[in-house]
Amino acid sequence: MNPTTVRADFPILSRRVNGKQLVYLDSAATTQKPIQVIDAMNDFYRRHNASVHRGAYTLAEEATALYEGARSKIASFLDADSPREVVLTRGTTNAINTVAYGWGLYNLKPGDRILLTKMEHHANVVPWQLICRHTGAELEYLPLTDDFLVDTSNLEAVIDNRTRVVAFSGMSNVLGTIGPHAELIQAARSVGAMTIIDGAQLIPHAPTTVHDLGADFVVFSAHKMLGPTGIGAMWGRMELLEAMEPAEGGGSMIRDVQLDNSTWADVPYKFEAGTPPIAEAIGFGAAVDYLTKLGMDNVRAHEIEITRYALDRLGEIPDLTVYGPDDTSMRGGAVSFTLADIHPHDLATILDQQGVAIRAGHHCARPLMRVLDVPATARASFYVYNTLEEVDALIAALHDARRIFDVA
Amino acid sequence: MSLEELYRQVILDHYRNPRRSGSIEQADAHAEGHNPLCGDEVTIEVMIDDGVIVDAAVRGRGCSISQASASMMADAIVDKSLESVATLTRQVKSMLDIEDGNPGLDPERPGSVLGDLEALAGVKQFPVRIKCADLPWTTLEEALATTD
Ligand SMILES: Cc1ncc(COP(=O)(O)O)c(C=O)c1O
Repeated sequence: MNPTTVRADFPILSRRVNGKQLVYLDSAATTQKPIQVIDAMNDFYRRHNASVHRGAYTLAEEATALYEGARSKIASFLDADSPREVVLTRGTTNAINTVAYGWGLYNLKPGDRILLTKMEHHANVVPWQLICRHTGAELEYLPLTDDFLVDTSNLEAVIDNRTRVVAFSGMSNVLGTIGPHAELIQAARSVGAMTIIDGAQLIPHAPTTVHDLGADFVVFSAHKMLGPTGIGAMWGRMELLEAMEPAEGGGSMIRDVQLDNSTWADVPYKFEAGTPPIAEAIGFGAAVDYLTKLGMDNVRAHEIEITRYALDRLGEIPDLTVYGPDDTSMRGGAVSFTLADIHPHDLATILDQQGVAIRAGHHCARPLMRVLDVPATARASFYVYNTLEEVDALIAALHDARRIFDVA
Repeated sequence: MSLEELYRQVILDHYRNPRRSGSIEQADAHAEGHNPLCGDEVTIEVMIDDGVIVDAAVRGRGCSISQASASMMADAIVDKSLESVATLTRQVKSMLDIEDGNPGLDPERPGSVLGDLEALAGVKQFPVRIKCADLPWTTLEEALATTD
């Protein structure tokens, strides 16, 4: 896989910003979209647009086939046993809420425990806090080690038969850290706890199958893997999906509606209330096709190469602190850092003047910022279209920031 | 003004050597401001005597633009009447394009009207940062509103 050829598929990457060539280093927030995804969505609106699952005419049939085709592509991408295990959601956040309100609300009681880690995105914290309010369950957090890994040394003491849910990030959007999946899932299994992997970063960046992961639910967002916003997926074990209640009610998700009661459609439709984002689902399918063609092993190999290069080059800059593991086998391509006393927002503004787009802030992970004892970090993150020359541009812009701020 | 000039000419000095930094034990008015988007925080305390701000203190954490703006503001408002502070706030806000109005600056002689504060006009070119520069001023307005 050659990022230089990949780039040619991404029209936005030829843009100039502030008179400079755009260097887009914020793919952990959202990735850019290849022409194949843009075309698939465009083509749907130009040729096939109709609602799905109801019309008795050609367009509706085409739209349904395309929508369900996308589901099948996502299922193959995950090596799921059946497309029925793939629920299309509005994204990771929506999927976690679907599990929290469809499973948590009905299965948790006072004294039950939900185990998270200290590196979670707010999307995997706040829904559980809300569920605790409803059910009286309590949150617990696994700490992190000094080298930014999830600390499982005390796992046996933390997980016991009160633990009903273990929910954790497959790959941190701040630290890059890949979670100790196998260990956490095995420990959760041993006490019969339900497991959910927030795959928002993991699924786009590493070759994985739901069988390898072994969790009960794996959730992720299309827009972080070359697809559009507003769509994502929740893969779940069939027996859990069947037993689980829908978190949202409405059209499309019912078998029958009486005046005071309803019955649900089959999985996955019972979780897809209302008219879905159809073009987005089709774009999601096209994104999965694109990644499949690149090969996820190649995606990961490129990510390791560019991350290693970035960590080494960042290490050359005096007064720069990286927050995250140095071992690329344990991390993805989101690299958080601070530079001397330069606030991350100042850094982002200075870099933007050079066309370099990075993220600055708390990255929707305030509990983690408290662990790191920083108000915010700067974050550069990489994807399939990023080149080593772009890392060089980042480094040059950081040197510029040091100069402007008179860092001795 | 380039970003570099903006930083080097004023922002950095106030960021690294904030004026009137700290707190006032018996403040007549105070307010805490927070910019949830970037996490900037400022706390402002003032002492007022007979309609005049006689002392001011600021503290906080955040980006250099928010903290430098707070420092410049604290320096600028002491020994001014509440009325002229209100006018100054409006001038700064119109300079930042947050409020309509004419800041009344003299382009021929930069700094002649508002002093250091005029450098904040440079922030206008970086729209995502305007909120940072404005935070102390909005917080000051909130503090003073409690004294009416
Ligand atoms: C680790 C992680 N979890 C959850 C989310 C939330 O994803 P979304 O905003 O697409 O629902 C994100 C993205 O911001 C993320 O990086």
